[in-house]
Amino acid sequence: MATVKTTLGRRSFFKSSVLAGGGMMLSFSWFAGCEIPNRKEAAIIEMPEEWFELNSYIKIGDNGVVTLFNPNPEFGQNVKTSMPMILADELDVDWKNVIVEQANFYPKRYDRQFTGGSQSIRQGWNILRTAGATAKRMLVTAAAQHWQVPVNEVTAKAGILYHTATNKEITYGEIASLAAIQPIPEEVELKEIKDFKIIGTSKKNVAGTAIVTGKPMFGIDYQAEGMLIAMIIHPPAFGMKLKKFDATKAKSMPGIKDVFKIDTLKSDYARNYFDTTTFTELITVVGNSTWEVMQAKKEVVVDWEQAPEHTFQMDARGDKIAVHVPAGLESTIVHQTKMNQFNKNPGRILRIDGDPEKAFKNAAKILERTYSAPFLAHNTMEPVNCFANVSAEKAELYGPIQAPEFIIGTLSERLKLPKEKIQINLARMGGGFGLRAYGHHMIEAAVISQEMKAPIKMVYTREDDMSYGIYRPSYTATYKAAMDENNNLIAFHVKAGGIPESPLFPNRFPAGAIDNYLAEAWEIPSNITIGAFRAPRSNFIAGAEQSFLDELAEELGKDPIEFRLDLLERAKNNPVGENNDYDPERYAGVIKLVKDKSDWDNNSDKSRGFSAYFCHNTYVAQVLDLEIKNDKPMVDNVYAAVDCGIVINKDAAKNMGEGAIVDGIGNSLYGEQVFKDGAPQKLNFDRYQLIRMSEAPKSIEVHFVENEHNPTGMGEPLFPPIFAAMANALYRATGQRHYQQPFIPKKKIIG
Amino acid sequence: MATYNLKVNGKDQQVDVSPSTPLLWVLRDHLQLVGTKFGCGIAQCGACTIHIEGIAVRSCQLPVSAVGEQKITTIEGLSENGDHPVQKAWIEHDVPQCGYCQAGQIMSATSLLSQNPNPSDIEIDQAMNGNICRCGTYTRIKKAIKTAANSK
Repeated sequence: MATVKTTLGRRSFFKSSVLAGGGMMLSFSWFAGCEIPNRKEAAIIEMPEEWFELNSYIKIGDNGVVTLFNPNPEFGQNVKTSMPMILADELDVDWKNVIVEQANFYPKRYDRQFTGGSQSIRQGWNILRTAGATAKRMLVTAAAQHWQVPVNEVTAKAGILYHTATNKEITYGEIASLAAIQPIPEEVELKEIKDFKIIGTSKKNVAGTAIVTGKPMFGIDYQAEGMLIAMIIHPPAFGMKLKKFDATKAKSMPGIKDVFKIDTLKSDYARNYFDTTTFTELITVVGNSTWEVMQAKKEVVVDWEQAPEHTFQMDARGDKIAVHVPAGLESTIVHQTKMNQFNKNPGRILRIDGDPEKAFKNAAKILERTYSAPFLAHNTMEPVNCFANVSAEKAELYGPIQAPEFIIGTLSERLKLPKEKIQINLARMGGGFGLRAYGHHMIEAAVISQEMKAPIKMVYTREDDMSYGIYRPSYTATYKAAMDENNNLIAFHVKAGGIPESPLFPNRFPAGAIDNYLAEAWEIPSNITIGAFRAPRSNFIAGAEQSFLDELAEELGKDPIEFRLDLLERAKNNPVGENNDYDPERYAGVIKLVKDKSDWDNNSDKSRGFSAYFCHNTYVAQVLDLEIKNDKPMVDNVYAAVDCGIVINKDAAKNMGEGAIVDGIGNSLYGEQVFKDGAPQKLNFDRYQLIRMSEAPKSIEVHFVENEHNPTGMGEPLFPPIFAAMANALYRATGQRHYQQPFIPKKKIIG
Repeated sequence: MATYNLKVNGKDQQVDVSPSTPLLWVLRDHLQLVGTKFGCGIAQCGACTIHIEGIAVRSCQLPVSAVGEQKITTIEGLSENGDHPVQKAWIEHDVPQCGYCQAGQIMSATSLLSQNPNPSDIEIDQAMNGNICRCGTYTRIKKAIKTAANSK
């Protein structure tokens, strides 16, 4: 049994001053964020008369009902179920007595309220276990005190405490009042893995019933007394800004309260990394209802002009740096030409092993291939929106946000209110995919509310959303492999760049497995804003690398799986360099598992593609089978093997994996945003093609490596490699390699 | 502005809006029925799917003036206690991720099953292709539709 110091995540033990009555923290409980895990249980869960808070994550009712708080913002990755499962297991309660409530942003109570980078479970693991175990220890101590027996003679199981020697038992609910006033233990024992009862099982999404019955839960669903609707008008192109506008007609239209200009971030403000905002000068239209505002928006006559090149201040961990934004109206066709040029020049060397120059010079044969991918829009199904109610004294916000901790300071500075006077409440998000790490919409809504002196809900149209930016960047990578006269691989070179960042990870596989290795990066500045998009950078480079390895294996006359396993064997036994960012044994483990589950050796007649990748701390290998029907690729089966350590919620983890695979297949085939003179050309789902049901795989199997490593995330790692599984299967089916994403552009729009 | 008497989820509702207002915004802004979602506004994503006389319709492209006496059903009125066979199947297969598109998916699926109680895979694809799920839960949606079909 592991003993941990409870100083880990000490914030968890901050208690609110009000203990009784369940009123604490519920000041903004507009639609009671409580969700009962299972509808059948809903009928028999009765609310207690009194709640007792054991710590920030746990309160126990006098009747034994337990409320667990999910600290992290939920955007579909199901942390609202899986994080409380960790608490519940260490607390040792029956899941059917659990109510889950979404915590609002409360940095004094919660250690980490950030959803991104597939880190919620990985970084929450010890904190949540400790919080659960600490509360259990306080219950045990209270029972021992109540019975006047030694603490080590009291045991707990499924919400009941026992003293076997005297045949006594008492429920958590009965002892909760005494437990809540126990001192917080200095250290607690955590369960052994074999004793987990809830972790590793499958629990249904706690929000499932609310979702299928259409309960309000998203930012866009918010209603408040006297609330107005606001929309924004932003420049139609990157590199443009507002010159002047005439809202005479719009202001006279029914239901319209006002039309005015807002400045979001002031020019002297030093931004943080998540303050990415495309346009700081916007026009806003405010009125009584969405439709009226939409109509008035069309009648605002705006003159735009080209924005000059400019800089803004960035606070880079204490150092203020100036970020340069170039002028100009950029087009996709120019981007492509520029990327091809940059890719021919020498880049910044990020890693060099051996003597790649000499090896390439002496090579008997060289394979060289170039891969590229376009900008992508996040296209969350719920358009950008936020509710704000800002007065002279305080501000309340409710909306989709992955990283509230990074926007609170920005709000404080812009609204001239202390952070303590700003409450950010966390709505369930209708998708995130990285977009909601950036809180510009919260600033916009807050500024509009402040100007209007009224509660407002700001909503983007789909067109506003798709053309606002913060896209996945466009990338290009060239891979080169050198072979000697015996067709042995002797050197490997990757050069990768993009607009405006390089996707390269120099220390990832196959670095470490090849004696002569060179990795170079380059970047092209741009005024198109970019941001995190499901597995940033990996989401391109994995597909490029794994497509190249497939072609290289063929060139070497090797089976694609055996080729990877040979390289990993080399990296394990005699690694090149020291900074190799993967564990070759775990990497090989998922490859062997998917080989077995897909019956790789007996299906060489199928059009199947293999791919594997390690990112966001999780190992993944995939096999994809497809057929070409009516000139379209139809995916039959996808097999995935995953090593994410201990799996918390098995079926939910599979669901995440399935979704990432479908998302990746869709983006590999169709995903792209295209620019002409700075203007995004795809503004809605009529032209921006997303994968639909008829194009989804017929079946997806997600298998997990069973081990006792600490858990890692599932939201991102299955997304990057599927691009190559798709490309490699397409090659088997058609004889053609695919180097440029999207593989099937619906309409080729050249800017 | 004009007054409309609508039959929504078995109740008579009166709203005073402009005739061009899409039913989506009447439901969401005026009747506080926010289960029906705004996704694209051009009938391309299916998030706003409701039933008119039991048939799936995209409410973002349906002006309130065109509804007349027809019966409107939204996700909130699909069943009394969330126990429609399709809703139950959705829970059984734990379909949703973010959940935003799911009301529209369920309204399309229930309309399909009311007209075709045992749809084939291709018929499911055809009926559901207008509903985008950005999280990619399509395989589970299809399984849930089959479960619901078999439970009747």
